[in-house]
Amino acid sequence: MRADATRGSIAWRVVRAVALLAFAVFFLVPLLSMADFSTRVVGGTGRTAQPWENLVQDPMLRSSIVTSLLLALLTTVLMLVLLTPTMIWVRLRVPAASRLVEFLCLLPLTVPPLVIVVGISNVYAWVSYLLGNSPLTLTFAYVVLVLPYAYRSLDAALGSINVVTLAEAARSLGAGWTTVIVRVVLPNIWPGVTSAAFVAVALVLGEYTFASLLNFETLPYVIGLLGKSDAPTSTAASLAVLVLASLLLVALTFVGRDNRRESRRDKPSRGALT
Amino acid sequence: MTVTDRTAAARDAGVGVSLVDLRRTYGSLHALDGLSLDIAPGEMVVLLGPSGCGKTTALRILAGLDHADAGSVIVGGQDMTRVPANRRDMGMVFQAYSLFPHMTVRDNVAFGLRLRGQDRARRLERCREMLDLVGLSDLEGRYAHQLSGGQQQRVALARALAVEPSALLLDEPLSALDAKVRVQLREEIRRVQVDVGTTTLFVTHDQEEALAVADRVGVMNAGRLDQIASPVELYARPATRFVAEFVGLSNRVPARVEGGRAVLLGTRVPLLEGSETSGRGWALVRPESVHVGEEGEPNARVVSVAFLGPFSRVQCRLADGQVMVAQLPSSTAVHLAQDAPVRVEVRAESVLVVPE
Repeated sequence: MRADATRGSIAWRVVRAVALLAFAVFFLVPLLSMADFSTRVVGGTGRTAQPWENLVQDPMLRSSIVTSLLLALLTTVLMLVLLTPTMIWVRLRVPAASRLVEFLCLLPLTVPPLVIVVGISNVYAWVSYLLGNSPLTLTFAYVVLVLPYAYRSLDAALGSINVVTLAEAARSLGAGWTTVIVRVVLPNIWPGVTSAAFVAVALVLGEYTFASLLNFETLPYVIGLLGKSDAPTSTAASLAVLVLASLLLVALTFVGRDNRRESRRDKPSRGALT
Repeated sequence: MTVTDRTAAARDAGVGVSLVDLRRTYGSLHALDGLSLDIAPGEMVVLLGPSGCGKTTALRILAGLDHADAGSVIVGGQDMTRVPANRRDMGMVFQAYSLFPHMTVRDNVAFGLRLRGQDRARRLERCREMLDLVGLSDLEGRYAHQLSGGQQQRVALARALAVEPSALLLDEPLSALDAKVRVQLREEIRRVQVDVGTTTLFVTHDQEEALAVADRVGVMNAGRLDQIASPVELYARPATRFVAEFVGLSNRVPARVEGGRAVLLGTRVPLLEGSETSGRGWALVRPESVHVGEEGEPNARVVSVAFLGPFSRVQCRLADGQVMVAQLPSSTAVHLAQDAPVRVEVRAESVLVVPE
């Protein structure tokens, strides 16, 4: 019987190793191919770092990188400032509105980006008129775009703690609402806030439709343009974005894991003395 | 200083609390229907009642976490009805574990002191004082997830008392704990309350808990106080049928009221205040007032004997089919066999007779 169990365990390990290898090949081969292509001398032999140097030397590319990073920063900050207090407030004071908030936050997920762009292009005429034609005005559209994902992260974090009791305990000890949110609730949902921020950054760095149709030169848009004239540089930029997004997702996995571990710890330990 | 002196001094530190004609409705449900309650300085009053009777609502209104539709809350002679929760100066322990998970035990206890702007040295001193009081001074560096349920509630008690509140509010703080820890902790809560002398309102649905710790117990029913009295008086002289039936077990025995006494099972027993004054009714008789013996002419048969340690609960069926429950010392009950003929008598000092 023990021999059967050992055989089963070995077989399971082999299956896992093969599956992992298959996934690694599936994901890594395109990335390695991109790395290879972006360092190959076009029409000759040998290697060059020029496409990668272009990422900082090419004015349009450099400007688009700065724009996209600024957009990621502004979108993340604005989304967190709007969504976090709103969701905490809804949980604490108006739980009846939670369904409505959920519906509004998840709505962008149900409408294709193309349709949203067509809808808001008229609004953007006014935005450009009032705030100028800076690509950073895309922040408003991007906040709407990342809402569903950020909502899910924050909702899960808020669901893992007893927000109402913690807030009431803090209130009874003399805390005002700002203190309750900043010093009691926020530190306990921090992993959820970080997840929402990472997801927002990853989405903004990969967003093409809005930027392209509204004619703003963000990194994905410029990568698309360069693809027609300087394929190696375009590929290098794409690879850089992919690697950055992957690193963010890996970081997100670790943050999520810490969050789950903390949630498990919140239950009183069985063996603890009274 | 003797224990009595210390208790008296502690009681002087407390303030009086009054709830005046509180009313609160949720839709069509009347959670509080004109509740009035006075708590003396340093006193511990326990509100006891079934789920939905309004006891937690009353406590939450006193804490400022809910509002009354009408009525007022007076603490230390000041009207606090419209004062927000964070300015009421109350200490509260909740049913659910409420320690802040990202803070250590020490930081939890110091939270209220920090909000009051006390310096670090004073905070640390007060933390140690409070943790000593609840016997957890060696756990000050731990987090909530490293404590058992009982320890968490003791820290919550220390945290609530650290700010020297006008009143201590306990919202079923023991209901999430297992039976043994509940008994230990309720005794500890009472000891700490007597030591500190804080006026306390304790809400529970556990009658044993209420009778064990309270100076006075208020029994609530449908948003009103049915009776408030010392535990002994409440048990021995229930004012209403609801109180008699909710607090402790009661047999309902057919009775006739004659000449100011209840006649039941051939015995004449004095009436409690609030009883029917004539005619027929139900006499509410405690199991310990029912005597079961083998001497005399049998009028019942033993149905069952349940062993409960020092006492046993004996069910007997009378000739008319009525079942009576008696509580006897186990040394007596051990001789009673199932279906044995016995004589059942009521030996109560007084009984409450309610309408049929």
